[in-house]
Amino acid sequence: MSSAPLATTHLLLVNDLACERDDRCLYQQLSFTLKRGDLWHVKGQNGAGKTTLLRQLAGLHSVDTGKVQWCEPKAKILYLGHKLGLKEQLTANENLSWLASLSTGSTQEQRYKALETVGLRGFEENLVSHLSAGQKRRVALARLQLCPADVWFLDEPFTSLDQQGIIEEQAWLQTHIEQGGAVLMTSHQDLNLPQIKVLDLSLHVPQVAPLNRPNL
Amino acid sequence: MMAFVMAIVKRDLLLILRQPADILNPLVFFILVVALFPLGVSPEASILAPTAAGIVWVAAMLATLLSLELMFKLDHEDGSLEQLLLAPYPGWSLVLAKVLVHWLISGLPLVLLSPLIASMLFLPLHALPTLMLSLLIGTPTLSLFGAIGAALVTGVRGGGMLLTILILPLYVPVIIFGAASVAAAVQGMPIDGYIAILGAMLVFALMITPWASSAALKL
Repeated sequence: MSSAPLATTHLLLVNDLACERDDRCLYQQLSFTLKRGDLWHVKGQNGAGKTTLLRQLAGLHSVDTGKVQWCEPKAKILYLGHKLGLKEQLTANENLSWLASLSTGSTQEQRYKALETVGLRGFEENLVSHLSAGQKRRVALARLQLCPADVWFLDEPFTSLDQQGIIEEQAWLQTHIEQGGAVLMTSHQDLNLPQIKVLDLSLHVPQVAPLNRPNL
Repeated sequence: MMAFVMAIVKRDLLLILRQPADILNPLVFFILVVALFPLGVSPEASILAPTAAGIVWVAAMLATLLSLELMFKLDHEDGSLEQLLLAPYPGWSLVLAKVLVHWLISGLPLVLLSPLIASMLFLPLHALPTLMLSLLIGTPTLSLFGAIGAALVTGVRGGGMLLTILILPLYVPVIIFGAASVAAAVQGMPIDGYIAILGAMLVFALMITPWASSAALKL
C-alpha cells in the first residue's frame, strides 16, 4: 500500500557508495536515501570527501563503486559549489539572468526581487568584480530564490556570509524543505534547524592499514 | 536547445565586449606574423607571392592555437562550466555553442582580414576568393578540432603546451589542403578537389567534435 507514496517522496537512493582518489579511499559503504523534506548535513574533516560526495551525487564526478539512483529522473537540481559560477565582468543582474536561462529563465523583475531578498538591493547593476566576497556569495545564493529546483546541493554555503546572512539562509533552507524540496549540504557550522539528518563521513572511513609504502 | 546555445553565445560575446584584450591578442599576432615576413625574408613580390598562401595559413593556424586554451578554461576556473554541464541540455550543444563563439572571434575575423593580409604578401588578386573560401571552410574545422584538445586539457595546469601537441596532428591535413588550394588558384588550376576535401574535413569535425569534446569535459 505504501509503495505509491513512497515512490513520490523518494528522490535519490544511494547504495554502498565509495570513492577513491589518488589511491586513497575517502569513504565507503555509504548508503542513504534522500526524500522530499529531507535536509542532510554532510559532516567530515577537511579532505574527508564532502565536496567529492556532493559532486558525485550531482553527477559532476563519476561513480565507480556503488550506486546512485534517481527515483525521479526529472528532478531539478541546483548545485552551488566552492566556485560560485559568477562572471566577474558581468553585473549581478546579468549573471543571474544567464544562470537562470540554464533552467527556467527569468524576468528582470524576478531577478531584482531575488537580489533584494539576499540583501543586494541597489547592487543589481554593479559588476560582480566590484562586490565583496560575501556579496558575491549572496549573488550566487539568489539563485535559490530565482531558480526553482527539487534538490539543492550546497557546498559550504555559509562561507564568507555575515551572522545575519547565515540566519536568513537557514530560514530559506527551512522553507525549501517545508515546501517539499530536499537539501544536501556540507558545512562546518552547526545548523539551528529541526529535523536535520547528519551524514558523518568519518564513520565511513575504511578501517585498514595505510597503503604499502616503500621502505625508506 | 536553441535558447541554451544562444544564451551561451550571447553571454560570451558580452564578456568579450567587456574584456576585449584576450581576444584581440591572437588577431594582432596574426597580423604581426604576416607583416614581419616581408621584413625578415624579402620585400620582393617575386619571393613573397609564391609563399603567400602558406604564410597566411600557418599564421591563421597559430592564431587559432593561441586562443584555443581559453575556450573552456575561464568557465572552468570560475565554476560556470559546472553549471553548464548540470543544465538539462546535452553536452554537445554546449560544445557547439563554445565552438561557434570561438570561430566568431578568431576564425571569422581572420577570413575578413585575409584580403588585407594577402595584398601585403602580393598574393595575385585572382587567388583571393579561393583564399577567403578556404579560410571560411578551414577555420571552423580548426575551431572544432581544437575544442577536443581544449576540453581535454581543461583543469590541467600548463595545459597550453599539451594542447598544442595534441591538436597539431589534426591541424596538419587542414593546413596542407588549405594552402594547396590557394597555390592551385594562383597557378590558375582547378581548386574543386581541395575545397571538397576541406569541406569533408569540416563535416568530419562536426560529427566527432561535439561528442568527443563533451565526453572529455566530463572526465
